Amino acid sequence: MSVLVVQDLTTSLPTDEGPVPIVRDVSFELAAGRCLAIVGESGSGKSMTALSILGLVPRPLAITSGQILLEGKDLVPLSGAAQRRVRGREIAMIFQEPMTSLNPVIRVGEQVIEALLLHEKVSKKAAYGRALELFERVGIPDPAARLEAYPHQLSGGLKQRAMIAMALIMRPKVLLADEPTTALDVTIQAQILRLLRELMGEFGTALLLITHDLGVVNQIADEVAVFYAGRIVERAPRDQFFSAPAHPYSVGLLDALPARAQKGARLREIPGHVPSPTNVPAGCAFAPRCPKRGEACDVVPRLEPLCDGSRRVACFYPEEPV
Amino acid sequence: MSEFFSPGPVRDALTSSVIALTVLLLAVIAIIKVRKDEPLAAGFAEVYRRRRFSIAVLVLYCFVALLDSIAWVGGGSVSEGDLVSAHEARSVIDRVFSRPRERGYSAPLADKEFYEGSPLAARHVLGTNVLGEDVLYLTLKGARVALLIGAVTSLITIPLALFFGVLAGYFGGRLDDIIFFIMSTLASMPGVLLLVALVMALGQGTLSVCIALGVTSWVGFARLTRGETMKLRQVDYVLAARSLGVRPARIILRHIIPNLLHLIVITFVLLFSGLVLSEATLSWLGIGVGGSWGQMIAQAKDELSRDPLIWWNVVPAGVALFALLLCLNLVGDALRDVLDPRTRRLRA
Amino acid sequence: MLSYILRRFAYGALVVLGVLVFLFFLFFAVATPDDIARRSVGEKATPAVIEQWKINHGYDRPLFPGPGHYKDNLFVRHMTSMLTFDLGRSDADGVPIKQRIAEGAGPSLALSVPLFFLELFVSVVVSLFVAFFRETYFDRIVLVFSVFSMSVSILLYIIGGQFLFGTVLRWFPLSGFDSSPSLLFRFLALPVLVGVFASVGSSIRFYRTVFLEEVHKDYVRTARAKGASELRIMLKHVLPNAMIPILTNVVMAIPFLFTGSLLLEAGFGIPGLGALTVEAINANDFSTLRAMVFIGSLLFVLGQVLTDIAYTIVDPRVTLE
Ligand SMILES: Nc1ncnc2c1ncn2[C@@H]1O[C@H](COP(=O)(O)OP(=O)(O)OP(=O)(O)O)[C@@H](O)[C@H]1O
Ligand SMILES: [Mg+2]
Repeated sequence: MSVLVVQDLTTSLPTDEGPVPIVRDVSFELAAGRCLAIVGESGSGKSMTALSILGLVPRPLAITSGQILLEGKDLVPLSGAAQRRVRGREIAMIFQEPMTSLNPVIRVGEQVIEALLLHEKVSKKAAYGRALELFERVGIPDPAARLEAYPHQLSGGLKQRAMIAMALIMRPKVLLADEPTTALDVTIQAQILRLLRELMGEFGTALLLITHDLGVVNQIADEVAVFYAGRIVERAPRDQFFSAPAHPYSVGLLDALPARAQKGARLREIPGHVPSPTNVPAGCAFAPRCPKRGEACDVVPRLEPLCDGSRRVACFYPEEPV
Repeated sequence: MSEFFSPGPVRDALTSSVIALTVLLLAVIAIIKVRKDEPLAAGFAEVYRRRRFSIAVLVLYCFVALLDSIAWVGGGSVSEGDLVSAHEARSVIDRVFSRPRERGYSAPLADKEFYEGSPLAARHVLGTNVLGEDVLYLTLKGARVALLIGAVTSLITIPLALFFGVLAGYFGGRLDDIIFFIMSTLASMPGVLLLVALVMALGQGTLSVCIALGVTSWVGFARLTRGETMKLRQVDYVLAARSLGVRPARIILRHIIPNLLHLIVITFVLLFSGLVLSEATLSWLGIGVGGSWGQMIAQAKDELSRDPLIWWNVVPAGVALFALLLCLNLVGDALRDVLDPRTRRLRA
Repeated sequence: MLSYILRRFAYGALVVLGVLVFLFFLFFAVATPDDIARRSVGEKATPAVIEQWKINHGYDRPLFPGPGHYKDNLFVRHMTSMLTFDLGRSDADGVPIKQRIAEGAGPSLALSVPLFFLELFVSVVVSLFVAFFRETYFDRIVLVFSVFSMSVSILLYIIGGQFLFGTVLRWFPLSGFDSSPSLLFRFLALPVLVGVFASVGSSIRFYRTVFLEEVHKDYVRTARAKGASELRIMLKHVLPNAMIPILTNVVMAIPFLFTGSLLLEAGFGIPGLGALTVEAINANDFSTLRAMVFIGSLLFVLGQVLTDIAYTIVDPRVTLE
């Protein structure tokens, strides 16, 4: 049973020439305790998808169609107040920049318990008790002192741990993590990922992880969704994605990975650039950069199950599984 | 210092014409320079698109000021009984309004004098003041005074600020300490008081008011250029030029100043409006520049409490002042919006 | 911390000394004692009259220390009279300036303190609203209003306020002052109102920029993701951050308020320090003017040190080093 089901989500930027879709017909589902990784180049609409789920797309962007079902209940038509009741309680989010995502003039502890105080009737003292436990759980040394500290007194890794504690304090059903480890150095990255994985198991939280880093995907994800120009072009279980990517774009992404390239061979890059949302090519958006492009590509391919049923691909000429 | 501006027909005509021409020349040079600078030119086009009306109004003010700056002695039709003006330098505007004075107040378009009811020599669109001078004429003449104050002071302020700001920011060290100390000292004296003290010490007159305004207003811009220069000093191409041993003077002229152009433009426009406002304050205190709108307003301060009310003296001056400041502020804001990367980010 | 504040004070003292030297240069070299005397007794006065005036007002000494007059010269007298807060006597009527300032401080503060707090309150509240309703017509209207109000000279506010509320509506007296509490309000209401109107436009614009800059920061998004309401975000998250630049502006404004009331006091006949300065201008009273500039810069320097201290209180990131 999926906690979160996203169906045909489209988020657009209104312009004088009509709405420009930033996120196009995106659909996926996420089960409790599982991790879906979203990968794709910069500007492909990953962050906007996550913010759409929270109902926090920056103005003037807006969700123009689709459904976001949290345990079967659609969030899109909810009022502002009803959406706020979901945010921070059922769905929480952590952001890429722990440096700037914490309020510099408020003590860390107070920021961590804010969601708790907003959504539950608890005393401040009890809330601090919960925060203290959680700080211990996320591996912050000397947690009591850290609760009293201001953000600038914490290192980057500790800040991100505090952000995770802040997001998890309500034991949300879904955690959205937008590049949570990009700003951290590699050893800390690994610790944070391990922590996320553990906490998912413990709390039964489903994780939507946005990342550029296929190494991160390999470490933590159960399933992978590949974004290109606002659309999902491939959705596959992790192992199959890495062993036999089906969409030419996925193949390109993996070929650009140093670990997979043969020793001595040059890394292969995908030629060309990601189109900007205002001039996405008609038909398959990837076609101009695609080595396997053919006549059929003038039509937008639908995300459909591959013949072996293992995954969904939006391509007329997918790599066939071996 | 102030005797330079003391009345003397030929010198008066000369100075006002020379200043007008200098300002015009500088404007032309600025326009040519700006047209070569792609982003700046694009910025100006955008500002023009947004603020067409304000710019048109400003051009109108400049035009009126120019008409009042072109002056010569003799010639024209000097009205009978007006012996003085025959030997004075008179501008185009003076010549257009060469009518005899009335004897006192008259309401706009009235046909007789306000208090005595004696017949008028002519009808006056905006009436006459206590001395019987045409208010429209005085209001138009105020444009030249306002623009003169703004232009002359900017010619003092901006080079001064640029010089000290860039010097302090580029060379740093002891020099920076000294310049920063001078700036702190000047900035620590409350603006109006320093302004008043300067005018009192220099003696009244247009030039001393301009110098006083210049001394009080350069510090703010100098601080800005100092900070910007410090940043620019660390930019890659400046570092490269420095490591290649390019002389500082060259780096400053080629790399630093051009990158401060947008700040200069924004500061110029916003400074201008501040200067005109400050002059009005000085006029109220009785030490402003003769013939300014501030002075007209200051003179009219008791007229409003008279019964019947005399409003036609303060309203035109107030409106003329307000419109000039409003247009300057609107254009200045648009310039800042378009040219200043900081606010550009804010709007995104 | 303490050593920082001490160093800060030391620099401030240096600046004040700089101001005194500058004032000496301005009032004894640019405007020489002869000029000052001539302004007082008239352009056409005979040299004898000017000499006598200089003797009467203590301007008859050499400018700088030299053999025989190491103490009795204008420079030393100027510096000591200021630094000991003796401030000397008025050039116009011989009254000790210290006494004048003591008399004027009360009325000045009676005007500037309520003006200061009312203006701060109005502009912070309005700009908070504007930031809350950003990119709506309300925002637009306030912005247009503030540009308009900035383009009106304070002279017009004074004249207009007196005309509207004094002459036409007759709500308040046109001008005057009385320190008895019941009348104080009647006399101060109009100048305070006019003062708020004259300065609120530019404050709102500045605070609006500050608020908008904060509103777009990442921590606001974090707070939203926690489910905080926009109102809570404004008050609890944005306001404390915005208070940092606002505070500097506010503390810096304290000494300028004391001089900003120059026009208001003169316009409304309030016998404060501003009116004292205006009187000094009209009477060519240079010694009072010097003293006022000195006191003004002293307050400014004090304000700056206070700002630095205030910074450490509102911004946990700043420690004075
Ligand atoms: N406030 C906004 N107004 C208009 N367009 C926006 C706005 N924010 C983002 N976009 C557009 O939405 C598109 C998708 O942005 P998004 O942030 O989702 O990309 P992303 O996949 O998260 O990229 P990255 O990996 O760089 O974070 C971008 O092309 C961007 O131009
Ligand atoms: Mg992103």
